[in-house]
Amino acid sequence: MLSRTAEHLYWMARYIERTETTARLLEVGARNALLPNATGGYRNDWEAVLQAKGTLEPFIEKYKDTNQRNIETWLFFDSDNPSSVYSCLSAARENARVVRTALTAPAWDAINTSFQELQQLHRTERSKLMVTDLCEWTLRSCQLIRGAIMSTQLRNDGYDFMGIGTTVERADNTARLIDVKYYVLLPSVNYVGSGLDQSQWALLLQSMTAQRAFNWSYQGEITAAKIAHLLILNRRFPRSLRACAQWYCEHLDNLAESYQTATAAQEVAHKLLDDLRAATVEDIFEEGLHEFLARFMSRNAEVATTVQEVYLSGLPA
Amino acid sequence: MRLSIRHITRYRFDEPVRGIVQSQKLWPAECANQRILSWEVTSHGGQTGAEFVDGAGDMIRLATWRGPLTELTVEVAGEVETSDLYGVLRDHRERVPASAYLRPTRQVEADAELKALSAVALKGMEEASALDRAHALSRAVSEAIAYKPGETKPHTTAAEALSGGVGVCQDHAHALISIAHVAEMPARYVTGYLQASEDGSPHEASHAWAEIWVPELGWVGFDAANKCCPDERYVRLGSGYDALDAAPIRGLVQGATPEEHLEVEVMVNAVQSGQQQQQ
Amino acid sequence: MSATKPAIFNEMLNGEQVRPPYQNLEKWYRSMPAELRSLKQSEAEALFRRVGITFAVYGEGGDPERLIPFDMFPRVMTAEEWRKLDRGVRQRAAALNAFLADVYDRREIIRAGKIPEHLVTNNEAFEKAAIGFRPPRGVFSHIVGVDLVRTGPDQFYVLEDNCRTPSGVSYMLQNREIMMRMFPQLFMESRIRPVDGYAGLLKKTLASVAPQKCQGEPNIVILTPGHFNSAYYEHSFLADLMGVELVEGQDLFVEGDFVWMKTTEGPKKVDVIYRRIDDAFIDPLCFRPDSMLGVPGLMSVYRSGGVTICSAPGAGVADDKAIYTFVPEMIRFYLGEEPILENVPTWQCAKQDDCKYVLENLSELVVKEVHGSGGYGMLVGPKSDKSTIESFAAKIRKNPDNYIAQPTLALSACPTFVEEGIAPRHVDLRPYCLVGETIELVPGGLTRVALTEGSLVVNSSQGGGVKDTWVLAE
Repeated sequence: MLSRTAEHLYWMARYIERTETTARLLEVGARNALLPNATGGYRNDWEAVLQAKGTLEPFIEKYKDTNQRNIETWLFFDSDNPSSVYSCLSAARENARVVRTALTAPAWDAINTSFQELQQLHRTERSKLMVTDLCEWTLRSCQLIRGAIMSTQLRNDGYDFMGIGTTVERADNTARLIDVKYYVLLPSVNYVGSGLDQSQWALLLQSMTAQRAFNWSYQGEITAAKIAHLLILNRRFPRSLRACAQWYCEHLDNLAESYQTATAAQEVAHKLLDDLRAATVEDIFEEGLHEFLARFMSRNAEVATTVQEVYLSGLPA
Repeated sequence: MRLSIRHITRYRFDEPVRGIVQSQKLWPAECANQRILSWEVTSHGGQTGAEFVDGAGDMIRLATWRGPLTELTVEVAGEVETSDLYGVLRDHRERVPASAYLRPTRQVEADAELKALSAVALKGMEEASALDRAHALSRAVSEAIAYKPGETKPHTTAAEALSGGVGVCQDHAHALISIAHVAEMPARYVTGYLQASEDGSPHEASHAWAEIWVPELGWVGFDAANKCCPDERYVRLGSGYDALDAAPIRGLVQGATPEEHLEVEVMVNAVQSGQQQQQ
Repeated sequence: MSATKPAIFNEMLNGEQVRPPYQNLEKWYRSMPAELRSLKQSEAEALFRRVGITFAVYGEGGDPERLIPFDMFPRVMTAEEWRKLDRGVRQRAAALNAFLADVYDRREIIRAGKIPEHLVTNNEAFEKAAIGFRPPRGVFSHIVGVDLVRTGPDQFYVLEDNCRTPSGVSYMLQNREIMMRMFPQLFMESRIRPVDGYAGLLKKTLASVAPQKCQGEPNIVILTPGHFNSAYYEHSFLADLMGVELVEGQDLFVEGDFVWMKTTEGPKKVDVIYRRIDDAFIDPLCFRPDSMLGVPGLMSVYRSGGVTICSAPGAGVADDKAIYTFVPEMIRFYLGEEPILENVPTWQCAKQDDCKYVLENLSELVVKEVHGSGGYGMLVGPKSDKSTIESFAAKIRKNPDNYIAQPTLALSACPTFVEEGIAPRHVDLRPYCLVGETIELVPGGLTRVALTEGSLVVNSSQGGGVKDTWVLAE
């Protein structure tokens, strides 16, 4: 297939995933702000949220004030923010539009309809929109799009490139989400027993719709180690780093099979997966959670770059 | 006269580039004015490919480089035996009709000033021969534009050069083509090499001039910058509507284009008879 | 020549009588309740919207995903009527290609004094870069769109030729598809010749002009300027139907003797490029240096026989409005035949006498720019007020070479759905002739209809619509 076609499919999938992550962050942030803090006011975790998306600076520059309304606008509607729901979904739709013939009618319909609805929301008076509704709408739309793709697209190389896009992006987003809150997972004594750790942990799980998954997977009391295991090493949890790596390895293996040749992309991806398989939570805490995540993100990015070089540039590597 | 030519073009980029494609028009055609004794074009590190002879009789070859690269060199070396035919291009094989060279391009389009220059130059010459009229036009350009390097740019138009009153051989050629078109005489841009004489009078070894169509003679060269017609010191490389169309090398950098530094080195020397031919 | 106002030919009605080819349709119309009609109309629109067949107008701004209005009332031609058009269009396509092969080679037609040299060599569409190269099978224009109008039962005129990249064929195919889907009964009652073989014929035509250096099955691609182009839908539609890649300039590169496309499996050689971008943009190393749409070095590969470009660079000189006048002469000169289809009488403002006539009779003439397209820069005399005519006259005086004039033809009218039922509206017809190893023409074409009452401008950019075009089987 044309490298450009593959590239558009790949980025379409990445942007859909990114749309969802932004909505999740927004939802968690909004919920967090409802909780009282220790000093008599309410919590303000927005800065951490913006940091996770790497958009704190441009936000401050544009809005000065980190009030909730500004942040909602910034994260949801603002096209100046490249990771706002609006920007990401528009980019996903634009990528899809260019390669429309590579998509099935239901897949295109799902993307296009979501985009039209988003424009409708954009035109709606803000006071009539609840942030939780917006987030829920976004999550539902992304799931609808992915569902349409999964149930109707031909399982060819294009499907694999979409799969790689989804999972590379998701792995990166999960790692970032954990990193924002990495300190609450540290086995540091300060938090233990203060109740603060419990609610922070809950929030982290919530941001990945993982509370139930956690309860079903782990027995006994909630610990930082168990949470870290779920989000990083548990292959059954669909947003964990390992699950994502495993998923893109499968897609890359499909490509190697259909093209009858393996490349550097399969190599770096499998190496990363093997290391995750061998890792334990103890190893991770010993290395330092933050350091581990930074290293993971850079290796995950290397997978993305290699895929780009090998498959999407159209030139022999 | 036997001339030996060495022409090196070197490109340097501040950042590595993804790739380069060049269309090279670097082969002098065989004709009564020049016999090619040896000629070699080397695109160092590049891959050469598709080549053809265009309607104007010029050979064109493709050369490509795959990046990342920060530097590339194209080297031309050869020997040519030239004859002085008083500027008349003879026995050159080409298929483009002269009437196709009346087209105004961006660089040779005439403005009011160029139109006036053409009219003044030909005043009282309504009955004169086409050749005399062509000479008159060439003289007019020599007088209107003083040779002065560094004042004009590669994209300068004939109109701009005339209004500035200074320029280099490219500007003289453009202005001459432009005013010839005004007089409804087909005219075109020619690139080539010029042997620098010891007193230093000719200006540039990598040279350009104009050819004007004179029905009874065919194409006749006019070097308004040097106030003469091409003789045995000239080697003719290729032609086109203007400097862009006739360019010996037209290239394109792929992807982001960093700052580019161009170095051109041209040496044209007379080879003494009896001296050993290179290669 | 004179410009008198003739009667309008109604393709369905001869006085009160329904002409035979329309009898079925007339019954169909009369038996259709109004509610059903509006239901079907919105169904058709939804279908068009769904397949995404849209049209954007250059320079107009507005909605780039606008629909061209589709009129459900088909336009019908009998087998006999079509026979003449079929022969005439093929003849024209052959002559235009012979002309192109000649003007870029020996220029016999100019030497013979049949066409003035300057009209050809000094023409903007005449490409110096095409001189001295014979494309595979000598074909320059592989898809010739001939715009026809009808003025009487047996009277057809050629309005203009399109030798570069005529668009609109996707409408011909989609209009039929939608009509068959909505009114299958109609197709059972009338025997209508199919048009859906077009994509297969196009592919066959393109394959038949593969370059010499190509061995085995040629790799064909469609080169589009990109998804912002108004005809992008058509480009992707045709690519999809033929099963070939739709590429942009950035997907291709030249290396060695060939053109390659960038694929996920590495470079793949390209043999035939059906390009939907203009000459000026296809190769920045040969034409406009600022073009981002083309492929640098493409012309070198083309001229050395490594790839075929369809239509060939330089093909536009044959469809120039100044050259149009000479097409009947071309047919006689190259084919030794008499033209089957007539040209519309044309005055060349470049000629002094003609120009004088045109300026004196502007209110009765249609004046066009020589290089214009799409109905822009055009004066329809009988429909224009005095001040418009005067300001246009000034333009002609300033640059007479740039204009030609034609009598206001009484374009035939075809029943078209309007608010109150049906009413006659003016139509034209563009069949698409394919030229490769053989000359092919599917029975039909694109009928464009001027939806405004009395309007003669059928261009989609000026409020025109489209209709399904039926050719009845013998």
